[in-house]
Amino acid sequence: MSECYVCKVEELADGDVRIVKESGIEIGVIHQGGAYYAYQNLCPHQGGPACEGLRLPQVVDVIGEGGLFVGQRFDEADMHIVCPWHGYEYHLTSGEHVCNAALKLRKFEVSTRDGGIYVHV
Amino acid sequence: MTFTAGSHLFEPSRADFDSEQHLANARQQAFARNYQDFLIVDVDSHHYETEAFQEIANYIEDPVLRMEAKYQGMARGGITSIDGSYQEMTGRVTRYPMRRREATPPTIHRDITLMRRWMDSMGVDMACMFPTPMLNIATCPRAEVETALARAYNRWLCDNVLSEEPRLTSMLYLPFNEPEACLKMVEEFGDRKGVIGFMVTATHYKANNDNAYMSTYAALQERGLPLGFHAAYTWSDRSTALMNRFISVHALGFVWHNMVHMTNWIVNGMPERFPRLKTLWIESGLAWVPFLMQRLDNEFMMRSSDAPLLKRKPSDYMREMFFTSQPMEMVDNREALALTFKMMNAESQLLYSSDYPHWDMDLPSTIYDLPFLSEDGKRSILGGNAERLFKLTPAYAPWKLERRAAQAVAAQ
Ligand code: FES
Repeated sequence: MSECYVCKVEELADGDVRIVKESGIEIGVIHQGGAYYAYQNLCPHQGGPACEGLRLPQVVDVIGEGGLFVGQRFDEADMHIVCPWHGYEYHLTSGEHVCNAALKLRKFEVSTRDGGIYVHV
Repeated sequence: MTFTAGSHLFEPSRADFDSEQHLANARQQAFARNYQDFLIVDVDSHHYETEAFQEIANYIEDPVLRMEAKYQGMARGGITSIDGSYQEMTGRVTRYPMRRREATPPTIHRDITLMRRWMDSMGVDMACMFPTPMLNIATCPRAEVETALARAYNRWLCDNVLSEEPRLTSMLYLPFNEPEACLKMVEEFGDRKGVIGFMVTATHYKANNDNAYMSTYAALQERGLPLGFHAAYTWSDRSTALMNRFISVHALGFVWHNMVHMTNWIVNGMPERFPRLKTLWIESGLAWVPFLMQRLDNEFMMRSSDAPLLKRKPSDYMREMFFTSQPMEMVDNREALALTFKMMNAESQLLYSSDYPHWDMDLPSTIYDLPFLSEDGKRSILGGNAERLFKLTPAYAPWKLERRAAQAVAAQ
């Protein structure tokens, strides 16, 4: 496994992504909600740059008493990576597609040390 | 201040507008009539809240709807309009909102540059291009507006785009609400460079078997130009109006409208009346084809008296028609897809389409990677079938020609 320097901690603001290339693989290093995640920038659907899209929370239909539709809300605890080509959504923490866990973004370990962010390939 | 007589709305001679100046004469009336002597109350007046819509949207309590409203806005085409821009998935498919920021050189038409860029990226050599919102001008209740816009678009496309780039072609829009205008369109544009056929948007509420269209079909048949039915959806249809989510309207609408036209086309024996007229069914995916084949065949066996012009089963006629591939249903069940290909004779009748830049676009790899197709079959679907149907003169992407040349050199 090789360690690849991404950037300085202060260069990747919360909510941002940095795309790095290591051993011929593009990896999106994401800083979201105070944590770091890294996935291959390749969507298993049709090969889109999955890490270059929006990050949005899970949409929830709120159903009240008696099965009545009440409205919608976001579940901020379940943030998604949204592929910009067709909108496939993956759980930020696991990289699994929200409707089919067998479809996954390839995950890499990220660490921070001495003010730098590193991804392990 | 001065106004340029006649055209100041379009070429303003002054940069600003001032309501008090605009109503200066009203103020004179107020003075002249001594309005200061009594109270005046106006019980119906308006402001344009659209200009404050981003502020208003912040007051929407449902956060999901709030985000949609802020994305779509409230102008024409906004969140409450019949279709809005809900299709864009609130910015999830980033090429919709970002397109405006793409820089293109001034020397060539922007549309040509943008088409070339995506075509070259995907490895597409030639494309049949269609408009986007103008596909739905069919639903405009003013038929003459549809015809005028269709004619303007067709003229503009031929003059500025098709004439300039041999890799670009189009099946031109037929204003189906005015049958005589359809015939005129074929006569006027049928021989223009890059025109490879004509197209009806499927959201037309006109039966394609109406006698009024026979002269248009005859003209197309005579010229050897295919007729396309391009699927679309409209939220104004009574059945789709029952649906509250875009996924529902899109999933059913794009299939439903083409099923209606296909059924009319077959049951009224159009393939027998115009045996040399080729039809192409565009953007309904593939799953509807086996469904409709089975439905029509089954009923035809019992009620052939309802479709007496048919000499064969409906599915036999459908197998001779042409279909575009997108949005190909990526079923987890490969057998279902393979059977669909087999039932429609896909290797000779299916034409690859991307629908780029729309949200449900398909890359050529969706066809090329199918394990049940032969190499020949893949190449036919990706290009050969279109080349034959439209009698195209192949025009390759420059990078392909360069790569081939480099490979030839390397091989020596
Ligand atoms: S390629 Fe990612 S959603 Fe299609």
